[in-house]
Amino acid sequence: MRFSIYRYDPDKDDKPYMQDYDIALEPSDRMLLDALVRIKSVDDSLSLRRSCREGVCGSDAMNINGRNGLACTTPVAGLREPVELRPLPGLPVIRDLIVDMTQFFKQYHSIKPYLINNDPPPETERLQSPEERAKLDGAYECILCACCTTACPSFWWNPDKFVGPAGLLQAYRFLADSRDQASAERLDNLEDPYRLFRCHSIMNCVDACPKGLNPTNAIGKIKDMMVKRTV
Amino acid sequence: MAIARRKFDAVIVGAGGAGMRAALQLSEAGLKVAVLSKVFPTRSHTVAAQGGIAAALGNVTEDNWHWHMYDTVKGSDYLGDQDAIEFMCRQANEVVYELEHFGMPFDRLENGKIYQRPFGGQSQNFGGAQATRSCAAADRTGHAMLHTLYQRNVRANTQFFIEWMGLDLIRDEQGDVLGVTAMEMETGEVMVLEAKATLFATGGAGRIFQASTNAFINTGDGLGMTARAGIPLEDMEFWQFHPTGVYGVGVLISEAVRGEGGYLLNKDGERFMQRYAPHAKDLASRDVVSRALTMEIKEGRGCGKDADHLLLKLDHLGADVINMRLPGIREIAIKFAQVDPIKEPIPVVPTAHYMMGGIPTNFHGQVVAPYKTGPEEVVPGFYAVGECACVSVHGANRLGTNSLLDIIVFGRAAGNQIIEDLKKSPHHKPLPVDVADRTLARLARLESQKGGESVAQVGTALRKTMQAHCGVFRFADMLKEGVAKIGEVAERAAQTEIKDKSKVFNTARIEALELDNLAEVALATMVSAEARNESRGAHARDDFPERDDEKWLKHTLYFSTDRRLDYKPVRLKPMTVESFPPKPRVY
Repeated sequence: MRFSIYRYDPDKDDKPYMQDYDIALEPSDRMLLDALVRIKSVDDSLSLRRSCREGVCGSDAMNINGRNGLACTTPVAGLREPVELRPLPGLPVIRDLIVDMTQFFKQYHSIKPYLINNDPPPETERLQSPEERAKLDGAYECILCACCTTACPSFWWNPDKFVGPAGLLQAYRFLADSRDQASAERLDNLEDPYRLFRCHSIMNCVDACPKGLNPTNAIGKIKDMMVKRTV
Repeated sequence: MAIARRKFDAVIVGAGGAGMRAALQLSEAGLKVAVLSKVFPTRSHTVAAQGGIAAALGNVTEDNWHWHMYDTVKGSDYLGDQDAIEFMCRQANEVVYELEHFGMPFDRLENGKIYQRPFGGQSQNFGGAQATRSCAAADRTGHAMLHTLYQRNVRANTQFFIEWMGLDLIRDEQGDVLGVTAMEMETGEVMVLEAKATLFATGGAGRIFQASTNAFINTGDGLGMTARAGIPLEDMEFWQFHPTGVYGVGVLISEAVRGEGGYLLNKDGERFMQRYAPHAKDLASRDVVSRALTMEIKEGRGCGKDADHLLLKLDHLGADVINMRLPGIREIAIKFAQVDPIKEPIPVVPTAHYMMGGIPTNFHGQVVAPYKTGPEEVVPGFYAVGECACVSVHGANRLGTNSLLDIIVFGRAAGNQIIEDLKKSPHHKPLPVDVADRTLARLARLESQKGGESVAQVGTALRKTMQAHCGVFRFADMLKEGVAKIGEVAERAAQTEIKDKSKVFNTARIEALELDNLAEVALATMVSAEARNESRGAHARDDFPERDDEKWLKHTLYFSTDRRLDYKPVRLKPMTVESFPPKPRVY
């Protein structure tokens, strides 16, 4: 199978280049990550992040034939050849397929991604009905792989000002939690021409999410909450 | 070569559930903590835990911690230390409620309480009816827990060293632990991290096996560092093979599937577990179920053209239950087994999953070793929790959902212990002059090695050897041969050559350093397994099919420096209740 992979090692390369690999895959190499591990076994300099190899840790997000996705859950069968692999767009490249995610996590941290409840906790659990809990479905499952945020043109233009779909999905996760008491503070934090409102519902995020989540929908709900509290 | 040094009150290596629970305790107490992790914290392997966390909340069926304790002792095949098991089970409810207060999104029952599901080996009344004890967030409990702990640490301003790998433990002449050497992966820079308390929470080492549910990062780094520093590893022969890894791939299919009512079938469509465990059937302990699957395959009742796997049926649960309670499993089955479990069964085989052994500790998370006088002596400054540690609450076989409980209970306990210990010894001890020599020698060797094999080649040989010689059933001749073979592999691992010499995010170098650790773990496992002439829990010897309490009711200690074995007694005396004496273990 043929691959064309983005290579850049600042220690020795003046500028990035695409390197071609022709590699014979074994029948057990079903996913793109299996193929990359095989390539790395012959060229140990190819650098990428990977860990769980089952789509829950979010390490091996990359741009695969022009679309963001996880290498470990992308079947090699059906990929157009040569398979063109690039680092996630919109973030600085550290080396090869490894990007600097500082800005991504900075935006995640900016939404205060933790439950805020200042009441003394009860002896046992705080009660939450199954209906209330169901509101977190589709939000808490995010794996912070950054496929969505780095597919978003609004994030590309304003990575320091626009929270981006992943961060906003988590903002919604806490706004939607019946146990959280900081809704007003959370909405204030997003009341800004950029942080939330740079989302123009382009919906690249929905298309890119390897977990089938829908950040655009969550962003819409946050916007609704903003409107509701002003009227 | 001058090496940068930084000083902390505590250094934690590993940012999975155990490391982050401990970090939270220390950060909230105002200590200066550094938490090192090879990966961004939410990518740690805790994220892959599926089914739940055990606690006798009694939200669904009547339950109490003492029954949980009994089940855990029995599940451990009586090798678990009963003081540690009592400690863990007594604290279970409290730590689970605490996680809920932190914001963990548990599923809920109609009355608003935390949802619980049955898991294998759980009983009411000391071996009676099935208990319902595993607190769950769908089949993503580990993900929900790990993200919650990370979030809580963000709130507490914990200082993370992300994409840093611990390389070696620093001990002084007295044997006290004074910190670690570590490498920043992005720059290749090596640093000495000096600490009054060093806590290892480095997780498992399932990557010693070819077929494993474990993540790539699970290379036993903490065990390698510990072994190289002259501290023994405990009970390394005990590895859990999970009954249901996806056939041919290894990805985990949670026991929650059977907890929710799924069951296993052989090629004749028979529910064969009824023959092996008439009472608990598919919810017998994992060692029992894995042996049953292996026997079915061996006796020709496996499925598929090669008769080499079995089927996990759950379509009878219906689409609603599967989509609500097991959505992650459905996703995995579709992606990795190309079957939709709403319609078809999932092909599964026993797959290496969890290391019961590890760095010997007491239930305060303090590492204990033959230090000056006896095997239970505290190694000052050194702590270990989670899968890398052997407390031992899991003994010879871990019960499902006890691992998430283990990491939270002992992560918190170790944090509290460190806070207490630092009050007593508030100063840094002087570092030895040769503080980073071992680390620098390892790196220099890698830099200059010529004509060696690749890390990938030697790693494959290691995993194949472990798989063939130290699997679900173990044979005397295979183990003997395995010890020799894995010794050769370890020598080859010490001579690997990397082509990539870049300073920037050099993953070839990282993998070579990981291989050193895998080799330590593999050797410890094979040598310990070869010596244990009995069958107990997950260690099943073909030539010694029975448990032998007279000779073998004891913990193994493996010393890497001279590949020597020693033994120490099991702590049969609980903290307050009466001991559960060993008796025949039937499910």
